[in-house]
Amino acid sequence: MKTRSAFLFALLVLATGCTDMKDQARFEPLESSAFFKNQQSARPLLERTVARGFLREDDAMYRGLAADGSFVQTLPVEVNAKLLARGQERFNIFCSPCHSRTGNGRGMIVQRGYKEPTSFHDARLRATAPGYYFDVITNGFGVMSSYASQVPPDDRWAIVAYIRALQLSQHTDVTLIAPYIRSRLEAGEVVDPAMSVEEAHDEHDGH
Amino acid sequence: MAQIFHRSTNALSRITIFGGVFFLAVLIWAADQWTRSSYMTGQDVVLHQPVPFSHDHHTAQLGIDCRYCHTSVEESAFAGIPPTATCMNCHNLIWNESPMLEPVRQSYATNTPIQWQRVHDLPDFVYFNHSIHVAKGVGCESCHGRVDEMPLIYQAETLQMEWCLSCHRDPAPNTRPRDQVVTMGFDPKDHGVDPAQLAEEYNVQSLIYCSVCHR
Ligand code: HEC
Ligand code: HEC
Ligand code: HEC
Ligand code: HEC
Ligand code: HEC
Ligand code: HEC
Repeated sequence: MKTRSAFLFALLVLATGCTDMKDQARFEPLESSAFFKNQQSARPLLERTVARGFLREDDAMYRGLAADGSFVQTLPVEVNAKLLARGQERFNIFCSPCHSRTGNGRGMIVQRGYKEPTSFHDARLRATAPGYYFDVITNGFGVMSSYASQVPPDDRWAIVAYIRALQLSQHTDVTLIAPYIRSRLEAGEVVDPAMSVEEAHDEHDGH
Repeated sequence: MAQIFHRSTNALSRITIFGGVFFLAVLIWAADQWTRSSYMTGQDVVLHQPVPFSHDHHTAQLGIDCRYCHTSVEESAFAGIPPTATCMNCHNLIWNESPMLEPVRQSYATNTPIQWQRVHDLPDFVYFNHSIHVAKGVGCESCHGRVDEMPLIYQAETLQMEWCLSCHRDPAPNTRPRDQVVTMGFDPKDHGVDPAQLAEEYNVQSLIYCSVCHR
């Protein structure tokens, strides 16, 4: 009896050395595997299959195309301040290295020798449908690669909306600007674009 | 009976007793230091990588945002390492003949991933998640240090449990506005924010139960 329990105890002690809890028998994301030829543990999708939740049937939403195959003229998502803020953030992350924060095409990577893209304030691009921008982000254009793997569809639309806002910021009919903001701009003041009439008056009284 | 030991040996025995305790203390101290050494934790160690990718160059000098490459850091547990295609967004035209980038072009042409060595690697029995930290306003800098000053990346902290806990006990001082998580050299004073107040706004909690990280 005694020898048996001693034996079992010895087994137990030995067993602790058998598993390495620090490196368990599972793959972490992107861990390499000797099993597959290109050593990727995560397998790519088989051709002609769709992952659950990734069915992209809506042409307007996922390809920027209208029913007749032309680029959509309006965004298929609701445009609001939240979308624009998101678009601004995403534009600054993914597009500004080349297109610059203002969209004039003189970003840092261009200054280091990358091909200079056309400015977004160019007349041709201002006249182009939103669907076109979506298509360029999704499929690339000329030497610019596709950003589909880095920017999901919702964010692509947010970026498109923000590019439109950028374009407006450089090309707008001054008579469309609310008078209380316009007078301040003409006086050379920096104005918060989200300022309401009430705020403008309050601030004015304070001076 | 005659004394075997001379009186003077009394001192020797005292020294031996004290010495024994001292020796033991040093041994324990040394073992403790050993577990915290960079040999054990991997802190400050630069690994040999297939391409000498410089964070200093790409982030500080070119101003590329962390999320351009580490795209999943805001939504998932894993921050993500960029695929070769991401390097080729720029390196299809820039430095496209440099021998330094040969492994990148090779990888792109043959559709075989570049095998980066992991710099940070928690044991598999620990659960970590980037998205919650980023969502609660903990900056990359708080855990990875000044990445923008690292020509070659290394692990800035020990990643030991005591390190995680030192923040989890009181996370408030490490809270920053959500739109500043990737900023390097962040100083709340420059932005006129109060970390404690932000922590309240974001409802940052102190999570120190074992099951938070060991699940
Ligand atoms: C690595 C640099 C780089 C980045 C980053 C980049 N682009 Fe471009 N983009 C270019 C270049 C270069 C061209 C012109 C390509 C050509 O003419 O071959 C271009 C062209 C375009 C065009 C077409 C313009 C035309 O003349 O019709 C659009 C639209 C565009 N980019 C949008 C974007 C958006 C949106 C993003 C962010 C998601 C982005 N780009 C990110 C470099 C870049
Ligand atoms: C141009 C792409 C790019 C940008 C921008 C970038 N990184 Fe990286 N990062 C990489 C690559 C590639 C690696 C893997 C190579 C290596 O470890 O040297 C990496 C590795 C890392 C690692 C170590 C991963 C590991 O193996 O444990 C950390 C941490 C990190 N990056 C943080 C950051 C932070 C913080 C920023 C923003 C300040 C940033 N990165 C910006 C491409 C980038
Ligand atoms: C947004 C554009 C961009 C991306 C993405 C990018 N690089 Fe670069 N990289 C550059 C530019 C620009 C230079 C040259 C800078 C200069 O001229 O000073 C450069 C330089 C380099 C160099 C030259 C050595 C040095 O001084 O650092 C290496 C190596 C390098 N990149 C590797 C990579 C790798 C690997 C990736 C992918 C993880 C990558 N780059 C992604 C723009 C980029
Ligand atoms: C609370 C601390 C903390 C914060 C904040 C943090 N990281 Fe990490 N990061 C870690 C730890 C711990 C690991 C190792 C994870 C593992 O081994 O599973 C890691 C790993 C990484 C890796 C390697 C890939 C991976 O996910 O394992 C990259 C890249 C990275 N971090 C980038 C970033 C970027 C970019 C930010 C800011 C947006 C950031 N981290 C914020 C602690 C942090
Ligand atoms: C600089 C501060 C800081 C450090 C360092 C830190 N954390 Fe956290 N951690 C936080 C904050 C803040 C939260 C969010 C608490 C909340 O939910 O309000 C959090 C939450 C978590 C959660 C909860 C996620 C969930 O889904 O419930 C886990 C797991 C976690 N941390 C693991 C770790 C591990 C493991 C380490 C060490 C490798 C670590 N953390 C280091 C600040 C930190
Ligand atoms: C904030 C996250 C976090 C919490 C909470 C936490 N741990 Fe840990 N624990 C870790 C990390 C990270 C490690 C790995 C340390 C290392 O690699 O050196 C670890 C390692 C350990 C180890 C293994 C030590 C070794 O060297 O093998 C034990 C045992 C442990 N923890 C027990 C606990 C217990 C008990 C609690 C609750 C009182 C707890 N942990 C709470 C993060 C945590």
